[in-house]
Amino acid sequence: MEPRPRSFYILSAFFALFILFLYGPTLTIGILSFQGEGGGLTFPMRGVSLYWFYDLFEQQAVGDIWGSFRRSFVLGLMVMVVTVVVSVMGGLAFRRKFPGSNILFYLIITSLVIPSILISLGVGLLFSQSGLDVHWSTSGFGAQLTWTLPFGLLIMFAVFNRFDKSYEEAARDLGSTPWQTLRHVVLPIIAPSLIGVALFGFTLSYDEFARTLLTSGSYNTLPLEIYGMTTNVTSPVLYALGTLTTVFSLIIIGAFLFVALIANKRRARQDSDAGKGHL
Amino acid sequence: MVSPLVAVLLIFLVLPIVLIVIVSFWRATEFSIIPAFEFDNYAFLFGSPVTYTVFFNTFKYALITWACTLVIGFTVAYYLAFHIRTLTWQIALFLLCTIPFWTSNIIRMISWIPFLGRNGIANSTLMSWGVIDEPIEWLLFSDFAVILAFVHLYTLFMVVPIFNTMMRIDKALIEAARDAGANGAQILWNVIIPLTKPGIMIGTIFVVTLVMGDFITVRFMSGSQSANVGRLISNDIALLQYPSASATAIVLLLTVLITIGILLRFVDIRKEL
Repeated sequence: MEPRPRSFYILSAFFALFILFLYGPTLTIGILSFQGEGGGLTFPMRGVSLYWFYDLFEQQAVGDIWGSFRRSFVLGLMVMVVTVVVSVMGGLAFRRKFPGSNILFYLIITSLVIPSILISLGVGLLFSQSGLDVHWSTSGFGAQLTWTLPFGLLIMFAVFNRFDKSYEEAARDLGSTPWQTLRHVVLPIIAPSLIGVALFGFTLSYDEFARTLLTSGSYNTLPLEIYGMTTNVTSPVLYALGTLTTVFSLIIIGAFLFVALIANKRRARQDSDAGKGHL
Repeated sequence: MVSPLVAVLLIFLVLPIVLIVIVSFWRATEFSIIPAFEFDNYAFLFGSPVTYTVFFNTFKYALITWACTLVIGFTVAYYLAFHIRTLTWQIALFLLCTIPFWTSNIIRMISWIPFLGRNGIANSTLMSWGVIDEPIEWLLFSDFAVILAFVHLYTLFMVVPIFNTMMRIDKALIEAARDAGANGAQILWNVIIPLTKPGIMIGTIFVVTLVMGDFITVRFMSGSQSANVGRLISNDIALLQYPSASATAIVLLLTVLITIGILLRFVDIRKEL
């Protein structure tokens, strides 16, 4: 192997700084959430304790943290399932041109680039003007889909751009019906990407703030609850909550990546043809 | 196959936009909104000097954030694509960059408080080094903090598309350039950057639209001292002035769409995925 040029070491240092920049602040609040009872929002640490975590479990004066967590979790799952299903269907449909496909494509792009406050305002107005109550599971759910679907669809477009159609042709030649082709050939090949779409669907929903602001009604989701806390809570209990939900996010991300890894390993071991045309 | 997609986009994207357009011509009293067809909201918007300051601010944030994320994002993507030699390591380091994207933006903003605050890490470190005698006041709750947070949150949107296009550059082209006598800087400028342009454009679209449409980062990181268009809208909403919020929202939407329209002239997104 040829020796590393000097630029490699400079760029490595730059990359390390970038990673520090990305993770440093989050780690800091992770540490500070173990602040002692008399400690404040910044260093120095006044002892090490779990006081603020206990506080989080006991004091419910600021709001309904656990209820909002439950809602965010359920909403995340709903958005995830719908995002995966609709993105796959959309991805399949977009392999051919159909009437209006161009307009629909630009609508997807619009959905991606539109300032989220417009969705919040517009969906809020839509529900109030038609006499419906806004609720996280209806208006909030739909508003979040306008954010997760474009990501899911863009991933599916990327996947199908690289998809080798000869697998489907082979299946057809062997006499399989369109449904069998989809079920036994196409879906297994694109399965790892679906894990990615699901990850986007869940996490983008779980963390979404702006689009749920005016559309979730009287029951807050977790990000709204946390945002509410920033204006009236000035103790490390905020960090404790931040640490807990970040750890939860990391567990979810880890689980998805683990499933993806297992799926890839299994496929490599079985030495199946499926997916070989994928790259 | 596309009907669920069409249904979602019609109900939760097209209809709301149409409704915002309609409501922007309505009239508001202190506690209700009344159907009307008048241009008062727009007249007020364009007649107010605040509007121009706020739009200027919005573009300022977008431009500075874009420049920072581009330089950082390009460097990181370049490092990952051309200096990391095995695919496994490339994927691992790439994931390391993307994981924060899947965690909460609000928490990531909050996490700057202990660092930038008056008695925060940055100030105490600088003071212990003797660089400054008194804490710097403008670290938190300032334009500096807003842009820092934007760069922190959105650099990833540059890294991913640029890395994606770089990975598709045929390594033979770089070898050919080297054989033809180009040095590192020339290869970067004449080969890699032109071939990476689509990725840069896609990253630009993400960063510019996210920053232009933002209202929460500006509010939180500036401690309500600075304003952009998004905040103007959210303030109106808080005062239940939906018609004037709608008018501002429509102007913002048009600004964003025109910007994107110009950027899309330089790239065919569907080909680049």
